[in-house]
Amino acid sequence: MSNPPANQKKSIKACLASPAARAFMALALVLIIGAIFNANGAFFKLGTHRDALRQLSVYGMLACGLTPVIISGGIDLAVGSILALVAVVCATMTIHWGCSGYLAVLACVLVGAGCGGISGFVTSRLSVQPFIATLAMMVFARGLSKYASGGMKVSTAVPGPDGSYHYVDVPHLFRLVDHRIWGGNISVVTLIFGVCVIISWLLMSRHRYGRYLYAIGGNEEASRLSGVPVIQIKTLAYAFSGVCAAIAGICQAAQEQQGDPEAGAGYELIAIAMVVIGGTSLMGGRGGIGLTFLGALTIGYLDKILSINAVPEAGRLVLTGIIIVLAVLTQRRQRT
Amino acid sequence: MRGIGKQFSNFKVLQDVQLEVRSGEVHVLAGENGAGKSTLIKILGGIYTDFDGRIELNGQEVRPKSPLNASELGIAIIHQELSLIGPMSVAENIFLGRLPARGGFVATTELERQAVHWVRQLGLEIDVGQPVEQFPISVQQLIEIAKALSQKAKIIVMDEPTSALNAPEVVILFKLIESLKRQGCGIVYISHKMEEIERIANRITVLRDGRWIGTATAAELPVPKLIQWMVGREMGEQIPRHASRTGKELFRGTNISVFPHGTSKRPAVENISLSVRSGEILGIGGLQGSGASELFLGLFGAYGQAVQGEIFLDGQKVSLASPRQAIRAGMALLTNDRKATGLVLPLSIIANATLAGLPRLTRFGWRRFAVERKAAQGTTTSMRLRAASLEMPVGALSGGNQQKVAIAKWLQVHPKLLLLDEPTRGIDIGAKHEIYQLMNEWTAQGIAIILITSEMPELLMLSDRIVVMHRGRCTAEFSREQATPEKILAAAMGSTSAPDAAGN
Repeated sequence: MSNPPANQKKSIKACLASPAARAFMALALVLIIGAIFNANGAFFKLGTHRDALRQLSVYGMLACGLTPVIISGGIDLAVGSILALVAVVCATMTIHWGCSGYLAVLACVLVGAGCGGISGFVTSRLSVQPFIATLAMMVFARGLSKYASGGMKVSTAVPGPDGSYHYVDVPHLFRLVDHRIWGGNISVVTLIFGVCVIISWLLMSRHRYGRYLYAIGGNEEASRLSGVPVIQIKTLAYAFSGVCAAIAGICQAAQEQQGDPEAGAGYELIAIAMVVIGGTSLMGGRGGIGLTFLGALTIGYLDKILSINAVPEAGRLVLTGIIIVLAVLTQRRQRT
Repeated sequence: MRGIGKQFSNFKVLQDVQLEVRSGEVHVLAGENGAGKSTLIKILGGIYTDFDGRIELNGQEVRPKSPLNASELGIAIIHQELSLIGPMSVAENIFLGRLPARGGFVATTELERQAVHWVRQLGLEIDVGQPVEQFPISVQQLIEIAKALSQKAKIIVMDEPTSALNAPEVVILFKLIESLKRQGCGIVYISHKMEEIERIANRITVLRDGRWIGTATAAELPVPKLIQWMVGREMGEQIPRHASRTGKELFRGTNISVFPHGTSKRPAVENISLSVRSGEILGIGGLQGSGASELFLGLFGAYGQAVQGEIFLDGQKVSLASPRQAIRAGMALLTNDRKATGLVLPLSIIANATLAGLPRLTRFGWRRFAVERKAAQGTTTSMRLRAASLEMPVGALSGGNQQKVAIAKWLQVHPKLLLLDEPTRGIDIGAKHEIYQLMNEWTAQGIAIILITSEMPELLMLSDRIVVMHRGRCTAEFSREQATPEKILAAAMGSTSAPDAAGN
């Protein structure tokens, strides 16, 4: 090349235009804003970061499950409701029935996988639009969680046969999950989120299954004609999303020390926002778990920074909405 | 229309073409696929506005600026692909864009009264208030014709109007054409069916490779001569087909019928039997709507169970209910539309080239990038693919290189039988020749190939044997020595007895 500097410049520019670089820049921008509006130094305290990471973890787990679904060209609206259903199941089993933690976790994962698998079956095998199929599951799972809990929060105040309450101990599983380690500097919930990120990243980037999901999202018919078992792969993606929602549900129950049938309402939208802000396309075929991880940090930190600056919840929601639109607009401009 | 020319970028699709339509005549426009018929019609209909030459209507020069402008000029076009809006009613579709209105609201009763008038002319007794999509395709086709009639057009162009019609409906259509002629309309009729051309043509204009070959009355142009006009071109540079040693029979399909729209509907392929030996290229000739592509998809399991008949691979009876099973059995299908059904455009060359063979390249499902890269490199190099990097998205490649990636994908799975549907469509001459060479190499390795191509020279040059299909049925079979363009075209247009030494 006669003009290496120009060539190099171009490659740097191309690098900056990559989705990962843009997701990094969005996160960096949010962190810089945090450093400027640091609420008298609160932003620089370790505890602030620990809390920010803990608070975004449950949403982030949902986003990990949603990413494969969205890459395959679908959407899953049911994750918030599945979270609530699992929280109720988990609390009922550990508090009321005194089941062991292992058994409860196993049952919760099965419930999540079952709900997700049903959505997946309805959308891929019965060819119902994913929006509709998972909307139905969202309503269905919410109803189921209210039915299972009798419409009441399942807490450690257990009603006796005579209508009086007695208190039982917080289950061991809940204590374990809602715990901090490494000198109280990191929450177990955050670690669980990290494990979710790693597992879903392995699945999407290092396993055949992930490649198939990208292919289906990019061109479903071409994938089918290339021998990709489209129906099974898509069904599994929704089941995986259900499992992630179940893990998020266990964490939610542990943090609240109760199973709230109303929990998780609207969480699916925040999780979708995390996926989209990361740079994964809602049209399918493009994106990744790494991007979702960055998107989760961006939205989580944004919310934390607004809250330490005492912006009321109403204002936080309005600002978050505006920022989501701006982020997606910049992505669209740079893709073409 | 005189001296009409049209080019796309640097490629001339029409050169100095003329067409004269008199009132009260049926003027058949004939030519092979890609001869330029549709382009000419689109110019007339105001879809392509950038062209050379002039169009005169009753002695005055006109230049249709848009489809709406063309219909105002009295030109109505009935395209092959229907342009109806499914959920809207029959009446609304007929009068779309010029609904009778009263004070800004649609005058519904007036609308329906007029619509009934037009559909009755076509012998239809339907409720014009019903949405169009509820009616079968044949009725929709007639509704499209009613729409053209209602515009009181002077020139009506029908592009293969009978392709979706059954025999009684065709009779009604032909009666209608007679009455339109008596009313002084000029009708341009495009058809691939010989019997229709013989039956209704007053005059015939033949196009070939975008050029005007001639215009003659139907009496002056009997079928053999017409066919000669249509195909009579010199063959370009030839790549000889190496006489390969054909081995034992590798594939046999007996009485294959394919029902893409369910078993209650008309099959796209009816009772086709064919076989191919290892190292042999079996060519399938046919015009649009021959059902050859559907035959491929059916054999490949893409329609699931909607296929009847028996399939034998390597002498063993197999039942293929999905592409996955077909691939496992040793088949590969190159579809005729690489962008829609062949490639995943946003993914990399490696991803596309390894998509079908991925199970073999992974260990317990875990991907091994070095192995994938090596495999993709192997096949794409043998395909002489030219790309800056194997990581670049396939969508950024040229058409010829995209096609090579689509083929490379299938070489990964080491197929015994390659189904190639238009393998050289839309690619440049250099890439074409490379693909011809590769087909010679594959057959030398003992791979059997079934080839669909709409390009006559390609079919004749590559095929060891040729089967010709017309509307889902097999109408002729030729050996390499027997085949001539005239005989193939005659069979592709539905005549069952191929003319001998046609045109002499």
